[in-house]
Amino acid sequence: MAESVKVAYAAPECMIDQTMHYCPGCTHGIAARLVAETIDELGIRDRAIGISPVGCSVYLYDYIDCDFAQAAHGRAPAVATGLSRALPDCVVFTYQGDGDLASIGTAEIVHAASRNERMTVVFINNAVFGMTQGQSAPTTLLGQRTSTSPRGRQAKGEGYPLRVSEMLATLEGPTYVARAALGAPKYVTQAKRFMRRAFEAQVIHGGFGMLELLSSCPTYWGMTPAEAMRWLEEGMMAYYPVGEFVDRRDRETSGSVREGGEGLRVSDR
Amino acid sequence: MRFVHEGDPRYGEPELLKGNEAICEGAIWAGCRFFFGYPITPQNQIPEMMSRRMPEVGGTFLQGESELASISMVFGAAAAGARAMTSSSSPGISLMQEGISYLAGAELPCVVVNVQRGGPGLGNIAGAQSDYLQAVQSGHGDMRIPVYAPGSVQEMYDLMGEAFETADRARSPVIVLADAMLGQMAEPMQRRIDEPPPPPPKPWALTGARGRPRNLLTSLYTIPDDLEAHNREIDARYQALATEICRAAEYRTEDADVLLVAYGVASRMCQTACDLLRDRGYAAGLLRPITLRPFPAERVVQLAERARLVLAVEMSMGQLVQDVRLAVLGRCPVELLGRPGGNYSTAPDVVAQVIHLLGG
Ligand code: SF4
Repeated sequence: MAESVKVAYAAPECMIDQTMHYCPGCTHGIAARLVAETIDELGIRDRAIGISPVGCSVYLYDYIDCDFAQAAHGRAPAVATGLSRALPDCVVFTYQGDGDLASIGTAEIVHAASRNERMTVVFINNAVFGMTQGQSAPTTLLGQRTSTSPRGRQAKGEGYPLRVSEMLATLEGPTYVARAALGAPKYVTQAKRFMRRAFEAQVIHGGFGMLELLSSCPTYWGMTPAEAMRWLEEGMMAYYPVGEFVDRRDRETSGSVREGGEGLRVSDR
Repeated sequence: MRFVHEGDPRYGEPELLKGNEAICEGAIWAGCRFFFGYPITPQNQIPEMMSRRMPEVGGTFLQGESELASISMVFGAAAAGARAMTSSSSPGISLMQEGISYLAGAELPCVVVNVQRGGPGLGNIAGAQSDYLQAVQSGHGDMRIPVYAPGSVQEMYDLMGEAFETADRARSPVIVLADAMLGQMAEPMQRRIDEPPPPPPKPWALTGARGRPRNLLTSLYTIPDDLEAHNREIDARYQALATEICRAAEYRTEDADVLLVAYGVASRMCQTACDLLRDRGYAAGLLRPITLRPFPAERVVQLAERARLVLAVEMSMGQLVQDVRLAVLGRCPVELLGRPGGNYSTAPDVVAQVIHLLGG
């Protein structure tokens, strides 16, 4: 009997077997799994270095078994830059929420993308600050209530939700920029495909790859997990379309940062 | 003219270098191969020179989009186990406080050079010492960051090697606190022609978890007991080094009963002032802290014990004097001669102040 049992679905090898701290219905867990699956598939666990940010995303280092650093709020792309320049043979990725990347870290993400810095960025957009208890983020949708936009976000005075992927798509630098949604399975399948490309932009093409993931925060959206999944597709996806905004994986990598510094010699490590 | 290192076979022929250039050459000798920085006067020669020199020595120069980014890039290269540095001047150093704290929290070594200018705010670009207290209490949180204060172009060079060594041993950022005058002035100096000591092994570095358990560099410790233990560990490493790295230079202190205390460029005026005071019959001497953290408090106490006057001379409004007073603890009067705003007291100013205070 036992021999005929086939494993159809198992945890990724590089995933640490541990209870996640995310709230029920939070899609951070799916995002973490997609990162882990991609690391396994590309066989890069032993040369992967993750950068955790500040916010709910920080604990990714508890779930993926590779080297990790934890950066100051918004500065993960700058920390990744230092690591990437020093370790040309390693694979460097950041995992940042929208408070981190789209608010305090806008300068760092824009310039890392513009330099086509050799790194992968996983950007979790749930339209709210999670860990600090649901304040308004630059990505908060118009009319959306948060603890600091109690009347719902107003365009006048609070501005419009920031579409980061589209903004980065105006740059000549980045190799790959895409957005996917952690909603229905078909979207997750797409997210997986894009995730692989965002890593390949670095691993194969030596450049900058970013995947923005629309993610749920039932806790601070004030919704049940089921309601949150519906809102993700009806509210979030309506304003933040999924798709690939930049794909320059064919481009000559001569403009990438690989020329210049030699990085650390193996003997220095 | 006699050179500090004359006859020392480890040093080459004297040459004329600016202070900011000496910083670069000292760092390169020490094996620094990663420089990240952002333009600000009066330290621009450092990134400019590094943009040329780093590629020559197989290193990396990158102009960050801000000081916040630059110090975080240093964090990244330091996390990889490399010797990395940045430089800036007062307003830029304010922005780097964030990164300095995160580096300290993640126990990462690096060197941060502050070529001080006048403050607050945009202030001016004249040499000042107004960031003393900020330097000795760098970054939010409960840790001590070693601070070196060069007093000459030669020391700008020499202290870079020491700073990198201390940073690696303390696993901490180290501040080199200079000022516009030191950065811009050219003096003869000698560079090292020997090899630097090899850096200590860095088993904690992030290099990919190949054949070893993964490494994690974080400053996040959610449980108070864990964070307390972390703080104590950082402090223990600093305390274990403190006596060894603490340094001060002295001038005519053998029999001094008037003690001047000054660091950096202010100490140069004080050295002349000691000679002028001695010409007038005052037994004046100078103590010049080379490390501001650790502060050479014990030596201050020894010298203050036989002093009738201790005078702190600084290009700020009373910052260094706080450490001097804390060391002397009322054993004798400690007075202040301080000028802010990019101004400084000349040797005759110091002389006049001493004579005035002694009722002469
Ligand atoms: S607060 Fe929101 S983003 Fe954070 S874990 Fe909970 S549901 Fe997820």
